[in-house]
Amino acid sequence: MNYILKMSLRNLARNKRRSALSAIAIAIGTALLLFMSATIRGEMRGALDLTINLRTGHLQIHAEDYKDENMSLKREDMIEGPLEISGQIEEIAQVKAASPRLNISGIVAFKNETIGVQILGIDPPSATNSMYIEGMVAGEYFSTDDHEGVLIGLPLAESLDINPGDTIDLIINTSEGDTDEQRFTVRGIYTTDTPAYDKSTIFMPLEKAQTISRTDNYASMIYILLHDMDDTAAVKDAIQAPGYIVEDWVELNQLIVIVEQLSNAMMFFFNLMVLGVTSTVIMNTLLMAVYERTREMGILGALGMKAKQVKALFLTEATLLAIGGVLIGLAIGVPLVLYYAQVGFFLGDMGISANSSFMFGNSIYPYPTVGDAISVSVAALLITMLSGYYPASQAAKLEPVDALHSNN
Amino acid sequence: MEIAKLTDITRVYTIGEVETHALRGVDLSIGEGEFTTLVGPSGSGKTTLLQLIGCLDKPTSGKVFINNEEATGMNRNQRADLRKGTIGFIFQFFALVPTLTAYENVELPLLLIGKKNNHKARVMELLDAVGLVDWAEHRPDQMSGGQQQRVAVARALASEPLLILADEPTANLDTENGEQVMEIMKKLNEETGTTFVFATHDPRVIKYAKRVITLEDGLIIEDKNSGK
Ligand SMILES: Nc1ncnc2c1ncn2[C@@H]1O[C@H](COP(=O)(O)OP(=O)(O)O)[C@@H](O)[C@H]1O
Ligand SMILES: [Mg+2]
Repeated sequence: MNYILKMSLRNLARNKRRSALSAIAIAIGTALLLFMSATIRGEMRGALDLTINLRTGHLQIHAEDYKDENMSLKREDMIEGPLEISGQIEEIAQVKAASPRLNISGIVAFKNETIGVQILGIDPPSATNSMYIEGMVAGEYFSTDDHEGVLIGLPLAESLDINPGDTIDLIINTSEGDTDEQRFTVRGIYTTDTPAYDKSTIFMPLEKAQTISRTDNYASMIYILLHDMDDTAAVKDAIQAPGYIVEDWVELNQLIVIVEQLSNAMMFFFNLMVLGVTSTVIMNTLLMAVYERTREMGILGALGMKAKQVKALFLTEATLLAIGGVLIGLAIGVPLVLYYAQVGFFLGDMGISANSSFMFGNSIYPYPTVGDAISVSVAALLITMLSGYYPASQAAKLEPVDALHSNN
Repeated sequence: MEIAKLTDITRVYTIGEVETHALRGVDLSIGEGEFTTLVGPSGSGKTTLLQLIGCLDKPTSGKVFINNEEATGMNRNQRADLRKGTIGFIFQFFALVPTLTAYENVELPLLLIGKKNNHKARVMELLDAVGLVDWAEHRPDQMSGGQQQRVAVARALASEPLLILADEPTANLDTENGEQVMEIMKKLNEETGTTFVFATHDPRVIKYAKRVITLEDGLIIEDKNSGK
């Protein structure tokens, strides 16, 4: 074995507790960063996933000036004959499901309370609704020709104390610019585990929604889900919808894409902070070691050890600490992240409005990637080795004669 | 043949405002095969002089020649190269690397000067010369002071230097161990022709020397050949 490596190992063993604590500092830093990066990535993916599934779809067809948040019912902002268009699109092999959706703003009145909601007209049998069907917690889903039934979200049901079978009054905007009020029966209660969305979204069969809002044979958009989101570009090219525009999930989720970039930048600074603390610990440990071993460095110098060998000795010690620390960090961090990636951690309602471009579920599922694990490990390794550089240079600067005079 | 030659050496230590004139003009020549001691009271400049001969330090003025090569103008690394295989050191305190065994301590100078081939025979021969073959695998903290200093002697000899400089090698040893170390050094001097220069103020040590140089206040006041 190389004698520098051997001496470094023995030097680390000299003060086992101090070496162990330093390695643990690196390990905690590494594990923390691993966890943070997976959490942020999971959060971003979760938000994107939810937004795609609940709001934008992988692809969407709509009129040129249509804007989701306006819930405009003007003919020029809408799609005519949407069921034919969605039927054609479902012929495309990569498409999982395509279906018209009609967005209407309205107000729920129940007993003495009124709450502003979004009424979403959906085609009940479409596979695009599978998330709501799977999320039914009480009562039953509705059918195409149900003209009196609606589905409401769990938080709304809880806050107004509504049960399946109860009736609610809906005041609904119409394309004629006035409102219509009708009584509906709550057929069922759903949850998507996205409190902001569930609180303010009421589902109604498309036909009935068109009738009540006076938009027969029109929809706000065609909502399209794919089997594999990697096919987005190909399917987008294949869609024929003259007079309308097709947008993909990237275009529809600009904000999330930007926020993701922002959070990557923030993660970078967070990394720097954590690694800065870690590197201070390492630097301190090694400076103490240099100080304690000043006299020994003098003896080694007198025996023929050169400045660069002295430097190599301390850098090797830093590197060994770094490797040990990162390995322990991975040993702690990877199982932890994998565990939470399975079970997630519960956050509850984060109070973000359903109309924001951001959808947050009530749980975060960390999403670990090999790439993140590698970059976190490499960063921790590099920073630790770098923080060994200053103490190592200090040691290398010692003149043997001065070192021999030292009291240490 | 001259191994070390020093001409008109001064060494001034400056700490803050205070200047200490440790050496005030020393001329000295050390010949091959000498067994020489530097004596003088504490603070007379023995250690300083040894460090200058050993090229660990640079004089304030004057010149140092090792094997006719001028060391005075050299930088740290050049001096290290000059020392390699030429000069060995024995110190008074804590001279062994505490994490290494006796064997590894003796082997270290060989590794440091980049000798790649098998050192085992050489190291064991040296340990044998200082009577510590059985202690090869022991660490310094498992050995007595005398044993440690004998390992240090073996280590100083490892790279077959022409000159060994020892600074009060027996100061921390009892009489028996001190004499044992001196006997070993004397024997190695006679058998291998290695030159020894050692500082001491221990009369029991002085009696081993062939040449006794007396320092006082940074000057050589006596340079006496005992004729042994
Ligand atoms: N590194 C140093 N800095 C300042 N003064 C020193 C240093 N080394 C030695 N001295 C001073 O130089 C003088 C000679 O010291 P030294 O060579 O150690 O003498 P000796 O070894 O004979 O006891 C003393 O006065 C000592 O205090
Ligand atoms: Mg001294």
